[in-house]
Amino acid sequence: MIEIRAVSHRIAGTPILHDITTRLPEGRLTALIGPNGAGKSTLLRLIGRLEPLQAGRIRVAGHDIATTPTDRLAQVMAVLGQQTLIASRLRLAELVAFGRWPHHKGRPTAADRAHVAEAIRTFALDPLADRFMDELSGGQAQRAHIAMAFAQDTEWLLLDEPLNNLDMSHARALMARLRALVDRQGRSVAVVLHEVNYAAAWADHIIALKDGSILAEGAPDAVLTEELLSRLYDAPIAMGRHQGRPLVLHHA
Amino acid sequence: MAEALTLAARPAALRPVWVLAGLACLLAAVSALWMWQGLGGGGNRGFVLGLRANKLAALALVGVSVGVSTVTFQTVAANRVLTPSIMGFDALYVLLQTALVASLGIAGFAGLPATAKFLSEIALMVLLASALFGTLMLQGARDIPRMILTGVILGVLFRSLAGFMGRVMDPAQYAVVQAASFASFNRVNATLLPVAGAVTLLAVLAAWRMSARLDVLALGRDAAVSLGLRHQAVVIAALSLVALLVSVSTAVVGPVAFFGLIVAGLAHGLTRSASHGVLLPAAGLIGATILIGGQWLFERQLGQAATLSVVVEFAGGLFFLYLLLKGRIR
Repeated sequence: MIEIRAVSHRIAGTPILHDITTRLPEGRLTALIGPNGAGKSTLLRLIGRLEPLQAGRIRVAGHDIATTPTDRLAQVMAVLGQQTLIASRLRLAELVAFGRWPHHKGRPTAADRAHVAEAIRTFALDPLADRFMDELSGGQAQRAHIAMAFAQDTEWLLLDEPLNNLDMSHARALMARLRALVDRQGRSVAVVLHEVNYAAAWADHIIALKDGSILAEGAPDAVLTEELLSRLYDAPIAMGRHQGRPLVLHHA
Repeated sequence: MAEALTLAARPAALRPVWVLAGLACLLAAVSALWMWQGLGGGGNRGFVLGLRANKLAALALVGVSVGVSTVTFQTVAANRVLTPSIMGFDALYVLLQTALVASLGIAGFAGLPATAKFLSEIALMVLLASALFGTLMLQGARDIPRMILTGVILGVLFRSLAGFMGRVMDPAQYAVVQAASFASFNRVNATLLPVAGAVTLLAVLAAWRMSARLDVLALGRDAAVSLGLRHQAVVIAALSLVALLVSVSTAVVGPVAFFGLIVAGLAHGLTRSASHGVLLPAAGLIGATILIGGQWLFERQLGQAATLSVVVEFAGGLFFLYLLLKGRIR
């Protein structure tokens, strides 16, 4: 479980998050949704200690992120930010291999190599394994970074807009894989999603943020209602249903 | 799949070893040439060998420290066009020297015990550089163009301040400063060799021990933090090592701005590796080889018709332009 208590955040004097208190349940796929500038990426980056915590407390699986050594946290959660440009010239397999670094600190074992091979296979990257990262398309590079986070083999996986640069089939495949991680391996996943329908189709738990506060949270059926989404996005939104899950329609 | 991986990985894993071995052989050959080429058999053989060994050590020292410091610095800055000199590390050292002469006078400056003076200068340099450039790099991690601009402007500021002090001080004092502010491979500061050598050796070993962490640092801040690297501590430690190495090379021969760029560029190009365990030794070997070979060529073959520092800087400047025009900012 991730516990967030009274977290507020400012960037250059502008308030981004106001007094957020919530929980992300373990063993679930949690989606953070909301309009641009709502603070969802900031919240995820704070949990992943990519930004220093200014006020409040965050505990990930019982570890207070302010006091737990960062290398210990790396064995509990893997976090993938949006900025994935890298300076060094790496092959895809080498990048994914870095995901094992928290476990071996520079001396990979056979087990680490097996984890890397598994991550590459899971994300269907075998044909690209020997390519250099700067020779890949945006979507392929994105999948490589997700494979690296996956290879870290942590209880929690935090992804900031992982569907950026992915086409419909790869986006769907990624969500299906995240779903499988939760259902089959009992891992916990939190994703920031731009496209609400991916949350509607795949998430167990949704946190809707607006202007730095939580507008609603809970199961998809409870959060994704016409009234609530229209308020969240300040636009008329209609809801339908497809195969027993909510379907969000923007052309109401 | 596993088969394909290992097949492709094998040449990639073997290549750096061969490159490093080749570079080491080249360095040994150039050093042998430097020591024994044209050596007469007369009674002053020992004297000439001693002189040559001194200079060989100085050139190797400078080559290694420039190579290792530039590669480390480029990793921290996430940028292949920058060198510590372009960002003003050596200008800071020259400014320190100038300020010391200006405040103590020639007698006071010359009266200081050389080793103690050198060590305290280095300590001051490490403090200043890691405070200044550390803040810059950590704050600028999100805004790289701004960080580069600030660094370049700081470099200009240090140079101008040193220039200004040089203008207001008396000419005799300035002559003392001048020796420290221009690069020359012909007159190396041999008195500092033992202590400079020890400092370089320790700094290079420390950098090499950090190489796995530098590999992770090169992935960028977000990825490095996610993998559990103590990002801030590693950045500060790496910059301190860079400051140490720059102080050493500046104290021994003076500031060299673009040389590091050639060395780092060659190290990346020849090894084609992203692993600092390979890159750092390669850069050290390349730096030493170029300096020793170049100085041998200019001093013994061309009869000092040209100066190595000028040629190296010229070639480095051209390489800098090439990198800029190719858009290899990252």
